[in-house]
Amino acid sequence: MENVIEMLGITKRFGSFTAIDQVDFALRKGEIHALLGENGAGKSTLMSVLFGLYTPEEGEIRIQGKTARIRNPNDANAIGIGMVHQHFKLVHNFTVLESIVLGQETTRFKILQMKEAREKIVKLSEQYGLAVDPDAYISDITVGQQQRVEILKMLYRDNEMLIFDEPTAVLTPQEIDELMEIMRRLAAEGKSIIFITHKLKEIKAVSDRCSVLRKGKMIGTVETKDTEPETMSEMMVGRKVDMDIELKPMPQGETILKVSNFSVTREHQHKPAVSNVNFEVHAGEILCIAGIDGNGQSELVYGLTGLMPTMPGSKVELKGKDISKSPIRERCLSGMSHIPEDRHRYGLVLDYNLEQNLVLQTYFQAPFQKHGFIQFPEIRQYAERLIENYDIRSSAGATSSARGMSGGNQQKAIIARELDRGSDLVIAVQPVRGLDVGAIEYIHRRIVEQRDAGKAILLVSFELDEVMNLSDRILVMYEGEFVAELDPKQVDVRELGLYMAGQKRKPLA
Amino acid sequence: MRSNSKKVQWQQVSTGFLSSLMAIIAGLVFGLIILVIVNPNQAIPGFLRILTGGFGNSWQGFGKVINYAVPIIMTGLSVGFAFRTGLFNIGASGQFMVGAYTAIYIGYSVKGLPAPWHWLLAFICASLAGAIWGAVPGLLKAYRNVNEVISSIMMNYIGLYLVNFLIPMTVYDKIKNQTKSVLKTARTPTLGLNKLLPKSNLDIAIFVVLLAVIVLYIITKKTTFGFELRACGLNREAARYAGINEKKSITYSMLIAGIFSGMGGALLYLSHTGTYMQVKDELLMQGFNGIPVALLGLSHPIGIFFSGLFISHITIGGNYMQAYDFPVEIIDMIIAAIIYFGAFALLFRQFFTRRLTRRASLALADEPSPATQGGGVDESKTVHVDKEDHV
Repeated sequence: MENVIEMLGITKRFGSFTAIDQVDFALRKGEIHALLGENGAGKSTLMSVLFGLYTPEEGEIRIQGKTARIRNPNDANAIGIGMVHQHFKLVHNFTVLESIVLGQETTRFKILQMKEAREKIVKLSEQYGLAVDPDAYISDITVGQQQRVEILKMLYRDNEMLIFDEPTAVLTPQEIDELMEIMRRLAAEGKSIIFITHKLKEIKAVSDRCSVLRKGKMIGTVETKDTEPETMSEMMVGRKVDMDIELKPMPQGETILKVSNFSVTREHQHKPAVSNVNFEVHAGEILCIAGIDGNGQSELVYGLTGLMPTMPGSKVELKGKDISKSPIRERCLSGMSHIPEDRHRYGLVLDYNLEQNLVLQTYFQAPFQKHGFIQFPEIRQYAERLIENYDIRSSAGATSSARGMSGGNQQKAIIARELDRGSDLVIAVQPVRGLDVGAIEYIHRRIVEQRDAGKAILLVSFELDEVMNLSDRILVMYEGEFVAELDPKQVDVRELGLYMAGQKRKPLA
Repeated sequence: MRSNSKKVQWQQVSTGFLSSLMAIIAGLVFGLIILVIVNPNQAIPGFLRILTGGFGNSWQGFGKVINYAVPIIMTGLSVGFAFRTGLFNIGASGQFMVGAYTAIYIGYSVKGLPAPWHWLLAFICASLAGAIWGAVPGLLKAYRNVNEVISSIMMNYIGLYLVNFLIPMTVYDKIKNQTKSVLKTARTPTLGLNKLLPKSNLDIAIFVVLLAVIVLYIITKKTTFGFELRACGLNREAARYAGINEKKSITYSMLIAGIFSGMGGALLYLSHTGTYMQVKDELLMQGFNGIPVALLGLSHPIGIFFSGLFISHITIGGNYMQAYDFPVEIIDMIIAAIIYFGAFALLFRQFFTRRLTRRASLALADEPSPATQGGGVDESKTVHVDKEDHV
């Protein structure tokens, strides 16, 4: 089969750091080719080189057998390469039709001619099963539909080679199935697809071949149907990974957190982000709040931790103590730990060094403080212990700037700080977002350790695998309300997806 | 590891110093070029006069440099401290003026207090006036999210016109169109310095400045209070998350900044240099000069001390420029150029530190140790990628 794209010996350096090193990659016509790798393995860099965002130091790109120079995304477009970015690039107050033609408008005497465009788009969406209303506004359609608009944009430009950058990260299981179907149809029609992901299940489900990158080097390309997921995961990480975590049965412990009539409003909005929820978290259990991003989970957590005001009547009790009105510090001292969703905004003071970040909530307590003065040797000692215990890696140990640390190690630092305080309640929001497989495994184990030690864990997650593997109990949140309470042992991903999408409801006890 | 981190800290200090020094040299070269363009014959002697500054004029010149430096170091500390806590205190002028007026008023109208106490009372009240003038923008920022730049500029003008309104009512000398002399008891103690160093007009002020530098250094670097203030300045949201009362911190930051400016006002007008306030619709320069002093000193208390002395030194030198057929304003151009290069100095500094950390982490990566062979090497490399992203 002929290769539509050949990348030969591509090397891209940033300063002294080699992001990708002598990488060869080939895409065949009509195939779905998965590109697998951990964060920082060089997937995005490789694709950015192909898409003209970076110029490689070495190597050659051949399109349809001919050497091509791709200097910018326009060049890439001109030779038929299109990309759906992880974060969509759409104008919110444009209609679907306008968004698609943007940059490629047909005009007559400088006046837009939308009729032809509309016909072409309608034809394309029927041909590939990309149902979307051309006159709907982008802000009114779902994320899944926005993605279809991005795909239509590529097709409208007659792109033959399509790059999908982590397309499933934002979708529900049902939407993922639909996307897979669309990808298969595109391939059947002769389009060639590069599919960037780190989810093995999806690779197995949809791709023909899979190339694995690790630390900037191409480890190899395998036929998907002949390869076990375990093999691919080993190629990706470089060692065997055990992602299955067993939750040993625990007797139900005492109630640690009791939340009642809890509501939070967003600023300048009438509809509350969280409306009147009630739940409890017990010692020795992981309660997982599942749901699609933006259904009130963030506001729920900000309300619980005191970062956002709650509506009158909301009640939060921590170990029997009413903390509904308490300031953040008091909640913290009463035994609440919070692993925040956004580690750069909340979790760390990036320009403080590691040790300062490790005592961010405890700097004023003995032994770190004496007569108002910070006790640096004690802080150093404490930081070095955490660095050792939690395997936090950085260039200069306790004095490394937090900004210079890798995402995984920043997160480990936050986890170390929050878990080491010995709080009875740990609120963890997306604790492994953006981390690679090794770090995910490590952090999950640490959280389960806390559970086994009798702590109460409130886990907020958008990742279905995490929800299913790491919880004793699931509450599904949809539009600010809990629509179901589920037992992960008795529910499958598909059903969970229906609840998350608001298509199914189960009255709560 | 401990000695290593000490080394890193020392390197940060030395790169900071080096980058400021480069800004100064670049600014001076720029100044020399201007001098050559304006008047080639006198350029070199004029330039040398600037470099000589206050020296070469016995103790009188030395005293001038110190006395000129005192208020601008104080306002420099005020601006620099606010910078460190993430706030831009452009209101140093207003704080300085209300402090100055308060000091003069108390120095003139409170009668019967013995010598050091009268001075001390005037000095403390001036600090409090500065504190109030600083706290208002702080409170507005903390509780009403009003940008402190706008509110402190407004406070500058409120302060200016309030002082202009109060002087004629209280301490005005109509004949000389300036404030009346403060009582002898309110004059800054000289500690016999003017006898030790004749004609220098020196007094306790420079020691007060030194004390302020030390206190500020200790507050920011050594106390939990300073830890909170800096955390708020660097990441307000994270400070809130950590349970720090960020509203209180912002208010305190501006209040403390105001204290230093107010003190600066008192030190200038209670001194023996014969300086008086006039009723003019103009903000005093000392307040704004704090900004370049803080910039050149990289907002570090010790850096501010030396940058204040340096700027004072070349300004005094510049005052003699008319003797060489140059306008006096030439020195303002040179200072401005130094500040522009000082902005580059921040770039220089980033450049140096990046090179140093790179070298350090490469050295780290070169040490093969079985435990970190995989991750360790990779990690040290990731550092650079992150850095690059944020620049």
